[in-house]
Amino acid sequence: MGSGPREDFKNPVVNWIDERLPVFTLMQKEYGVFPTPKNFNYFWNFGAIAMVVLVTMIVTGIFLAMNYTAHEDMAFDSVERIMRDVNYGWLLRYIHMNGASMFFIAIYIHIYRGMYYGSYKKPRELLWILGVLILVLLMATAFMGYTLPWSQMSGWGATVITSLFSAIPLVGDSLLTWLWGGFSVDNPTLNRFYALHYLLPFVICAVVFLHIWALHVTGSNNPLGIEPKGPQDTLPFHPYYTMKDSFGICVFLVFFAFMVFFAPNYLNHADHYVPFDPLVTPQHIVPEWYFLPFYAILRAVTFDIGIPLTKIVFIEAKLGGVLAMFGSIALLGFMPWLDTSKVRSAKFRPMYKLALFGLVAAFVALGIAGAKPAEGLWLYVSQVSMAYYFAFFVVILPMLGKIEKTKPLPGSIHEAVTAKAK
Amino acid sequence: MSETKATHSSSAHEPDSGSTRRDFLYLSAASMAAVGAGSVGWAFVDSMNPAQDTLAMASTEVDLAPIEIGQSITVMWRGKPVFIRHRTANEIETARTVDVSALRDPQQDSDRVKKDEWLILVGICTHLGCVPVGQKSGEPRGEYDGWFCPCHGSHYDSSGRIRKGPAPKNLAVPDYQFLTDTSVRIG
Repeated sequence: MGSGPREDFKNPVVNWIDERLPVFTLMQKEYGVFPTPKNFNYFWNFGAIAMVVLVTMIVTGIFLAMNYTAHEDMAFDSVERIMRDVNYGWLLRYIHMNGASMFFIAIYIHIYRGMYYGSYKKPRELLWILGVLILVLLMATAFMGYTLPWSQMSGWGATVITSLFSAIPLVGDSLLTWLWGGFSVDNPTLNRFYALHYLLPFVICAVVFLHIWALHVTGSNNPLGIEPKGPQDTLPFHPYYTMKDSFGICVFLVFFAFMVFFAPNYLNHADHYVPFDPLVTPQHIVPEWYFLPFYAILRAVTFDIGIPLTKIVFIEAKLGGVLAMFGSIALLGFMPWLDTSKVRSAKFRPMYKLALFGLVAAFVALGIAGAKPAEGLWLYVSQVSMAYYFAFFVVILPMLGKIEKTKPLPGSIHEAVTAKAK
Repeated sequence: MSETKATHSSSAHEPDSGSTRRDFLYLSAASMAAVGAGSVGWAFVDSMNPAQDTLAMASTEVDLAPIEIGQSITVMWRGKPVFIRHRTANEIETARTVDVSALRDPQQDSDRVKKDEWLILVGICTHLGCVPVGQKSGEPRGEYDGWFCPCHGSHYDSSGRIRKGPAPKNLAVPDYQFLTDTSVRIG
């Protein structure tokens, strides 16, 4: 990074610094002249958008922390004080609260982009895995943040999700006591969640750095899924993509601001404004919208897994649900090896394209079912969708590489772009 | 000269000669480091376990005299709700006559109570830790006249046993002792 021969900068101060610590050379190389495929569409904005949201969350979070008290008797009131008495506290909190949703919107689109255009394939496997790791960290951070207002939804959401660990055989209960620091979700739990909620975003920053580093080694994928063959296929990152990203960020921020100013509680739940009572569970616990598909998978496993017609059970329903939920995320990390096709972009893979649309439909169906009580028709909807979700990764992806007839790839990015222009 | 060479090849400086004294040093140093890191690390891990003051609040005494037959009360024990139900003769009878072998978590009613009329349970659903409803009159008691968990639809019977829904186990029975006929210490 940045060592080796360098060119002088005109500005003497810049040059003086750069001779000693070549940050300007680095920026010039990685964000100035960095060769970027010239055929990006707007799907390629969402990495930069997620980055902007990450910074927004950290900044608003730090300022909220200045007025927040992590104690069971004071947490709820301190959040209300932020909303009513702290200057612009309502704004900071609404940005932070809705920012979590914006983050997941950006990340889910970003992941879909990667899946549609085959960005996870060789040589970008590690880049993809780092991305999955960021998703997991993001989920953990969002979950812990949700407990901090110490509302009914906070406390009971925390109870339900931490109780997942009690499904682990033998050590489950001791592990749960350890996680809680007591015998239920209580003050020690709130304190540690606050500490971790403050820590994890910086861990995310570190992994994002590695994610971008890996990206700058392999270079970006593009909608055609073929590697650039020379300078005619690329553009310098600045000003072409700094400009395109800025435009996309502005459009996204309009939407973000709309949510903050006109519908700040649209994605929230009324029980999030009732203080936590450890003796009364709300009638209907639902997680935030971005967890609903995974929550539906958790609840879709209502059957023990064992030898049929006997009483022998290998995996109880509860453990089965937990394994399925974590498995559904872990499977993403194996995608580079589960997909055996040589062709990256779904543009040239008609069957994969359909299968992927099916996956999106299953994910949305799981999300809707996750918000409903787990019984009757909705249980079947989530079970069928879950079956498709797993089949997509374990059966369809490996099989398509063998049976799919792909469309012919263009000779180069330049050729495809100019042919389109005619 | 050849003699010197022969001594050298069997000495610790020859990298190809199998296990050497240096390997032993590496291994013992690495194991010491691992033991050291582990013993310091344990302090951090164990600091997250329940603290002494949390453990000290581990028992609760309850006066049962004011609870009428058919009534239930909820008391707090270790931050968790404990259900105490003064069961009716009918409830005891129903709990007794169930075919235990057909249950998910087979247990006789007599193994779950110390005195037939007093059923004492940890009021935490064994699925994912919600508090089942059915304590107050008017609340749904599920299909088996016990408790119903609103989170994911588990039904418990009048002995607190799981009968229907996703929960794997019966409602837990805490450790308790009758101090007198009408007072009990939980924990």
